[in-house]
Amino acid sequence: MRLITHNMLSCNIKGVTSGFPLRIEAGNVIEKEVDFNPDFIRHMFAKIEWKALVEGARSMGYAELPEESPDAAVLKSDEPFLKKLHHALLELHLEEGALVCPETGRKFPVNKGIPNMLLHEDEV
Amino acid sequence: MSNRPELLAPPEIFYDETEARKYTSSSRIVEIQAKLSERALELLALPEDGVPRFLLDIGCGSGLSGETISENGHHWIGLDISASMLNVAVEREVEGDLLLGDMGQGLGLRSGVIDGAISISAVQWLCNADKSSHEPRLRLKAFFGSLYRCLSRGARAVFQVYPENIAQRELILRQALQAGFGGGLVVDYPHSTKKRKEFLVLTCGPVQTSIQTSKNEYDESCSEDDNSEDEDEEVGVSDRNRPRKKRKTNKQGKGREWVLKKKEQSRRKGNNVPADSKYTARKRKSRF
Repeated sequence: MRLITHNMLSCNIKGVTSGFPLRIEAGNVIEKEVDFNPDFIRHMFAKIEWKALVEGARSMGYAELPEESPDAAVLKSDEPFLKKLHHALLELHLEEGALVCPETGRKFPVNKGIPNMLLHEDEV
Repeated sequence: MSNRPELLAPPEIFYDETEARKYTSSSRIVEIQAKLSERALELLALPEDGVPRFLLDIGCGSGLSGETISENGHHWIGLDISASMLNVAVEREVEGDLLLGDMGQGLGLRSGVIDGAISISAVQWLCNADKSSHEPRLRLKAFFGSLYRCLSRGARAVFQVYPENIAQRELILRQALQAGFGGGLVVDYPHSTKKRKEFLVLTCGPVQTSIQTSKNEYDESCSEDDNSEDEDEEVGVSDRNRPRKKRKTNKQGKGREWVLKKKEQSRRKGNNVPADSKYTARKRKSRF
């Protein structure tokens, strides 16, 4: 599971109001190269929750992203920054570990890169 | 299909390891899935600006449809309830991120983050109550509600479905509309039982295509109080006087007209029919 997906996932348990972002407990993280497409990164930038991304990246061992969300102007010209964003979003894979709901503490295990988001009967 | 998988077992049990492998190694299924996925992507009507989009593949299974998405240059998240199917997807090293989850429990994605969603042969599984605690309507509601939320404005969801019957199709469509979606059904090869494919095309927000125009004109004329009755009468009359199909005039044999009509029918079904020429239905020597 990559950070681009983690940034969209929220805890779905009934009654939970602040189930985003899920805390990452990283067991095994690997890097897989993906072709760099600046247009896609710019397109996704508007949808990303910056704080969640920085936190998530740090949990996976990548601390190169700035704390503050950059201005849109930076996006147009700063290619090294776009490359860092690309690396964080698309090239870091969480293979084993868990995602933890910030409100309930419920753990969603991650195996072979696949988070198990199935809810129990009483959580629906 | 004589035996519908949905009637045999819930999806996470039906698609166990053996079935998952069988499904993915059948070249026929692979080809059909690829075609259906291409068509679904086409119906998504994504802007052709060369920018990759972020899509959702609902019921992604072993990643057959996901591969088509990757081939078209987009990124995607796949959701499926069968761990065995997802394991096959991992083996095939698909490029999208995979989630093990139940679409009937809600998608759990943030608002407005998805540029489009496709689903190939999956949504009909929602209509079966596999556990005693399931109620299909509630599951459909949770699914469509969460889907509507996570799609960005103007995004579309295209589902290729195999509804068991009309009631099932109506149920799915009704739940979708209740969730706020607009849109409707696209049917490919409607006249052929074998080739017929149904796509539910749902839109979030204003529709920019021309599909709606004729409907809008009718609405406008209805809102004018003075002419509405006349309008209705006119429509009624024209309906009654709609020209019927041409009657056969040939009394000797079937004739060229009949042959041409039959050839056209066959073409509509999608068969390979030789072109019409001056030789079509020409009178042959009696010995023929």
